[in-house]
Amino acid sequence: MAETIFDKSRPTRRAVAQRVAEGAVQQLLPDHQVRSSPPMLPEVSELQAVRHFTNLARKNFSIDTHFYPLGSCTMKYNPRGAHRAAMQEGFLSRHPLTPTSHSQGVLACLYELQEILQNVTGTAQVCLTPMAGAQGELTGALMIKAYHVDNNDYERTEIIVPTAAHGTNPATASMAGLIAKEVEVDADGDVDLDSLKRVVGPKTAGVMLTNPSTCAVFERRIQAISDIVHEAGGLLYYDGANLNAILGRARPGDMQFDVLHLNLHKTFATPHGGGGPGAGPVGANELLAPYLPTPMVTKTESGYGWLEQSERPNSIGRLSSFMGNVGILLRAYAYSLMLGANGMRNVSAYATLNANYLMKRLSIAGFHPAYPDRRATHEFAISLRQEAKETGVTAMDFAKRLLDYGFHAPTTYFPLLIPECFLIEPTETETKEELDAFADAMIAILKEAQQEPELVKQAPHQQPVGRLDEVQAVRHLDVTAH
Amino acid sequence: MPFIPHTHADKASMLETLGIASIEDLFDEIPERIQCADLSDIPDGVSEMAMLRHMADRARQDESGTCFLGAGCYDHFIPAAVWDIASRGEFLTAYTPYQAEASQGTLQLVYEFQTMLASLTAMEVANASVYDGASALAEAILMAIRINRKSKSKRVLIPASLNPSYIATVQSIVTHQGIKLDLMPTLDGLTPISDIDFENAAAVVLQHPNFFGLLEDADSLTTNAHDADALVIGVVNPMTLAILKPPGDWGDTGADIVCGDGQPLGIPMASGGPSFGFLCTRMAQVRQLPGRIAGRTQDKNGNDGFVLTLQAREQHIRRAKATSNICTNQGLLVTAATIYMTLLGPQGLHDVASACVHNTHWLVDRLTELPNVSMRFAAPYFHECVLDFGEPTEALQQRMLNNGILPGYPLTGLIDNGSQAMLVCATETRTNQDIERYRQVLADG
Amino acid sequence: MPDFPSDLRYALTHEWVRVNGKRATVGISDYAQTQLGDVVYVELPEIGTPVECEGEVAVVESVKAASDIYAPVTGKIVDTNNDLENAPETVNADPYGEGWFFVIDMSDEELPEDLLTAEAYSAHCQDEDDE
Repeated sequence: MAETIFDKSRPTRRAVAQRVAEGAVQQLLPDHQVRSSPPMLPEVSELQAVRHFTNLARKNFSIDTHFYPLGSCTMKYNPRGAHRAAMQEGFLSRHPLTPTSHSQGVLACLYELQEILQNVTGTAQVCLTPMAGAQGELTGALMIKAYHVDNNDYERTEIIVPTAAHGTNPATASMAGLIAKEVEVDADGDVDLDSLKRVVGPKTAGVMLTNPSTCAVFERRIQAISDIVHEAGGLLYYDGANLNAILGRARPGDMQFDVLHLNLHKTFATPHGGGGPGAGPVGANELLAPYLPTPMVTKTESGYGWLEQSERPNSIGRLSSFMGNVGILLRAYAYSLMLGANGMRNVSAYATLNANYLMKRLSIAGFHPAYPDRRATHEFAISLRQEAKETGVTAMDFAKRLLDYGFHAPTTYFPLLIPECFLIEPTETETKEELDAFADAMIAILKEAQQEPELVKQAPHQQPVGRLDEVQAVRHLDVTAH
Repeated sequence: MPFIPHTHADKASMLETLGIASIEDLFDEIPERIQCADLSDIPDGVSEMAMLRHMADRARQDESGTCFLGAGCYDHFIPAAVWDIASRGEFLTAYTPYQAEASQGTLQLVYEFQTMLASLTAMEVANASVYDGASALAEAILMAIRINRKSKSKRVLIPASLNPSYIATVQSIVTHQGIKLDLMPTLDGLTPISDIDFENAAAVVLQHPNFFGLLEDADSLTTNAHDADALVIGVVNPMTLAILKPPGDWGDTGADIVCGDGQPLGIPMASGGPSFGFLCTRMAQVRQLPGRIAGRTQDKNGNDGFVLTLQAREQHIRRAKATSNICTNQGLLVTAATIYMTLLGPQGLHDVASACVHNTHWLVDRLTELPNVSMRFAAPYFHECVLDFGEPTEALQQRMLNNGILPGYPLTGLIDNGSQAMLVCATETRTNQDIERYRQVLADG
Repeated sequence: MPDFPSDLRYALTHEWVRVNGKRATVGISDYAQTQLGDVVYVELPEIGTPVECEGEVAVVESVKAASDIYAPVTGKIVDTNNDLENAPETVNADPYGEGWFFVIDMSDEELPEDLLTAEAYSAHCQDEDDE
């Protein structure tokens, strides 16, 4: 029985150090505006609270505690120095509406981060406000739409995405009021150019691509794709989910992408926080830069300041209450200061070395890379289809059993077009020993699958809970404790 | 190499396994023309010590003084335990709890968070957060249109008394799906309910207390909107709900969707982000709620455990037909807020909210004793209030800043004759001395 | 092996149709329910809704997938299986019986020609499996 914090609650118990001098408010607020019964928040002591949440923390896998090769998520080490840099009093206590005269410190950091990201992506301008990759995608889609509308090109309503695209891509198209169309991927994981030629046309607003692609291979014909899309009057959007693979050695801008987003919580090592926050800055070439959202940071003779809607009349507008996830931006800035240009090139070098090495070790052991003739990028996909056929043990079973071996599972069943898929991304911050241990665990589980399949099918066995019933969770929804 | 652990021997042995001479060989699928990016504008890397020294200098520049600014972000006290625990690596460096058995800490915490938010707002279900308050409102509006699709209307009423950056954000995000936003005008700082034309409205938004700190007539608005078959979206500050009637109890049957920004619940102001947005609704509408939701279930041995549930609403399964494109949310801030609400409890949160109300009223009383200062609006207010200062606020603000006081939010362009008005706020962290000092500096001119 | 009753007709998108006069009862095939896994939710249309052949009418969800259900014929929804709301698992247990989804009052008595016989549909499923 998982005891929730509400089970520990007792009426009138308090964490007394948290009291403040209470002022009487009865006569200040009309009776009919006042709540009749208090909210059911827990009533516990400070120690009970600390112990409860500390013990909850211990039930989590995390980068700090486990190898976490979650493909497409770039679970690299999150430097504590960057965290501390952002957690300083001057940054934490700054009210977002403080006048610029008293905000030069944070504005300088943000301005320099804009410049770093422009340089790294090969774009003309970068806006930092989008709060996660998906919001960055929406930003890009809205910019593409605004551009076509400005050119009186109202028929361009379609966004083309590869069949293997992340779900956010088509969902973003819908949010932007555009229609997602799919383009096929060929047997080597590249976009099928014939399929692309068939689907682009006068209705094409843009094409969204990840490069390296979600199939974990580099899109080799990116130049041809760019030509096809641009000749059809469409624009090219770069989903930066996989930038870690090419950081400092190939730039989306040089690949003729018109607009892009970055995931700072991936490539720039900001903590994932159990699901967020992220940050999804958007960069654009000269053509699309006027449409970037507000606010942006500018530098003038009198110092740093904000660029708001009045200075940027073509902007698609505001996307957040203030300036997005500034705290995350500061961590990414601190991280890039420590890396410098060389450090960035080393990121992609060693992320790629680790992925290729692990793919090689697994294929020597008899596992099946989805694209055996291709280089791994910063990640690679394997298909456990044959293993599942032979032993009845699925990719999900493998994933659960890996937990018992002390490894977080890779991304499972994505991309969808690879059956029984594991998408494995070791990142540059893991040692060779860790990669070897992971490969050994995979080999051991394969042996278990062959000799004692039930052991794997019933996994995990050594976690705080056994395999959970997701079907029951939906059929008998229990989403609050009261 | 910062953060990269490979020794020369490691590298050599890995290259040997791969049968290649150099790491550069691994990039041979990238066309040469687009290789070798020029990073000449990026400086060389520095040590952690040098980085921290630089960042400390920058952070010190921004220490600007005693805060009487609110307008959507509030200077509350945060108990030490909140961020001590939230910063534990197991919370800080985990990702989305897709592997439930390896993520019970995060999942149970989200379940407890959902319970707390549902209780605070008197709604039945909350999600695991969206980005911030403004984007939460955009999601709430999209959700309302989906729920009320029978009405075939895409007209949504939003009040002029709504936070202006929320209005701007909602405009950027929702209008692309054919939604028409109509602004309800404000009279004396409030939304005049009897004047509202609900005709053909799918939903109506109300911020309460509103942007000017005033208490709206949420009961009448809710009842009238429901009579006209429009849904009600409440935008609230969760802190105020320790005292104020929760949106689930507004009017006849309560609001249908409730959203807002969680910053007051243990999140530092930090330039406005990261914070988190929350979204609550009725169980009947749970399938239209975007974002992650944690649910309690059992494992194969019959023990309780937690999973992400109702995932078929989300982009990774539903793709173009998902409720939203949101993937990454603001999990870490939810962790902090859950610990904060636990430490405060119902009485603690009530005390904090009361102190905010009390301090702001005291600030307003003391300032309006000065000859040039007056309240703009007469209606009851919570912990923010619009004051006219009898002089242009631009110069006034600089004068106060030079004395270490952030005096409030200038309302130039936001209300009639706004150039002499500011929105002021005094949370529980402001002392009587702080308030007296504000009065003194203001009086000294 | 999935079961394909020979008295039904099937759509390429895995719906089955049972015709009785102008009333067409629609559900999803045994093959489809196996592919989906445990059904956890079915979103049904409102009675009276006009539907177009091949238009989206309903949604069926498992934990890992959500699939649209298309109308195999043109007409108007005259009945829906509200029992599925509380017992979606019926779709798995009895796809051709208690697990039906809705009934369409057909505007045309002739079934569209591209609806498959049990034999042809079985071959179609075999092809999908081999892919």
